[in-house]
Amino acid sequence: MNCRLAICQTNPKLGVVADNLQSHHQWLDRCIAENVDLALFPELSLTGYILRDLTSDAALTLDSPQINELVARSKDVSFAFGFVEHSRDHRFYNSFIFAEDGVIKHVHRKVHLPDYGIFEEGRYFASGNNFTTFDSKHGRFGFLICEDAWHLSSGWLHFLQGADVLLIPAASPSRGIETDTNHLASQQSWHALCAAQAKFLQTWVVRCNRVGYEDGVLFDGESAINSPFGDVVASAHQSDEDFVIHQLTDSPLKRARVETPLRRDAQANLVRRQLAIIANDPDLSALLDND
Amino acid sequence: MTNNIPSPPTCNVELAERVLVGFLKSETQRISMNKAVLGMSGGIDSALVLELAVRALGAKNILAIAMPYRESSPLSLELAQQGADKAGCEFSVIDISPLADAYFAQHPELGEGDTEAARLRRGNVFSRLRMTALYDQSAAVNGLVFGTSNKTELLLGYGTQHGDMASAINPIGDLYKSQVVALSRHLGVPSTIIDRPPSADLWQGQTDEEELGFSYDAVDALLYAIVEQRLSNNELLEKGFEQSFIDLINLRVQRNQYKRRPPLIAKVTGRTVNLDYRYARDWGT
Repeated sequence: MNCRLAICQTNPKLGVVADNLQSHHQWLDRCIAENVDLALFPELSLTGYILRDLTSDAALTLDSPQINELVARSKDVSFAFGFVEHSRDHRFYNSFIFAEDGVIKHVHRKVHLPDYGIFEEGRYFASGNNFTTFDSKHGRFGFLICEDAWHLSSGWLHFLQGADVLLIPAASPSRGIETDTNHLASQQSWHALCAAQAKFLQTWVVRCNRVGYEDGVLFDGESAINSPFGDVVASAHQSDEDFVIHQLTDSPLKRARVETPLRRDAQANLVRRQLAIIANDPDLSALLDND
Repeated sequence: MTNNIPSPPTCNVELAERVLVGFLKSETQRISMNKAVLGMSGGIDSALVLELAVRALGAKNILAIAMPYRESSPLSLELAQQGADKAGCEFSVIDISPLADAYFAQHPELGEGDTEAARLRRGNVFSRLRMTALYDQSAAVNGLVFGTSNKTELLLGYGTQHGDMASAINPIGDLYKSQVVALSRHLGVPSTIIDRPPSADLWQGQTDEEELGFSYDAVDALLYAIVEQRLSNNELLEKGFEQSFIDLINLRVQRNQYKRRPPLIAKVTGRTVNLDYRYARDWGT
């Protein structure tokens, strides 16, 4: 792979899809001017995050004119953005579209909807049911929308499918001021998580976290790119909108996997056998009841 | 109250400054406003909010107002002035004595009474008159009222509902008092203000810690352990907190929950405001 990737670290307006669409077009103008191959926006980039009862009002169908018009821009630059997807049967998903060559190449519906602390996604969204890796002309990608990434099995499924890059759009509410580092506690967790996923799944990890405040909650940016060795190779501003470009190449993927062939030795079939055993064991299967 | 009091919560002051200044800026400018008013008591909370406000909106956009009653401590007014001078913003004084006295004249039992109940009612009247003046002044300058209640006060219910607890936005409502002190030092609040024993100045010689019956450091440590760390009663005892102190604070926090919530609304329709008609306040911005 050889992909000039741009992180568009935006600050969406809450529930104002028309304005956010317009700003997406402006960010894409910039991407095209700077010869970007692929642009990544944050979670729910078309709508903002704390939607509550706005969820259904802010939703768009995959064949809506707004989505069509935006996706058409991908003739000039591949890009991925977040929105509320209104399905044919009137469910609402926290979804991400990967657009390329003027069409929708892939849709990921967020699987893990957090419903604790300040989160209430389970109240408003239906849950996706798969982590499917897909090929683009710029490489093989897998989406993990924010909380998806906190469940290590999600990234591992993309790993098994041979992902080169994990795309992690996020809207992460910052918290934890009792820290002696230069980062809020929530941000430190993200650093550790992305570094670990990149290093042990041996992929590029691109996290695009939004910025701005909603109802007193700060989304604290610091979008970043981790190489397949885990180290941060590019990062964005802590609280302002930002635009960061980095070249993702095949070479470090190869070097990491030659050095430590984790992918070769993953033993996925062992996991499959073991899952079947757990599912058939009356004591252990109780642990899976909520899944 | 406790044997070995655990330390009160710490605060990364650089991070707190960035988050809170950004908050004031964002939540003001997104509704196309750029001015703020705040009540200056001469205490640390309002002095801190003033420092944050000046960094967010610029000193020329902030109006700091002291609102003494004729029995208020002259030192409070002097320190309020000091805080405003240090921050470099406009400072004005509104004497609430004629307003309060006019009301007390109609309710002599309140104006002259020296019982605890009378003192409490008088304190609440002062607090709500100040709120009335602040909101009026905010309309005059087309600004927002910035709140100055900290998390310790909010949890303990140590404030007047619709009085000093009222504001448009509050940058320090999620900081414990000990964190307020740390951030105030970082932002250069005058040490005369930081080192003065906290007081609501509701009557002469009042101090918070004497009235509450415990120190801020002790209650901050306990509240932090209960609220943030979710420690069980046994774990609190192991940490060195006494059962009577734990019970006192738990009860106080619970009894004052009403102050932290909007009024209850009797539900009769399908979508009741704030209950199942749910929108963020920042809707559309």
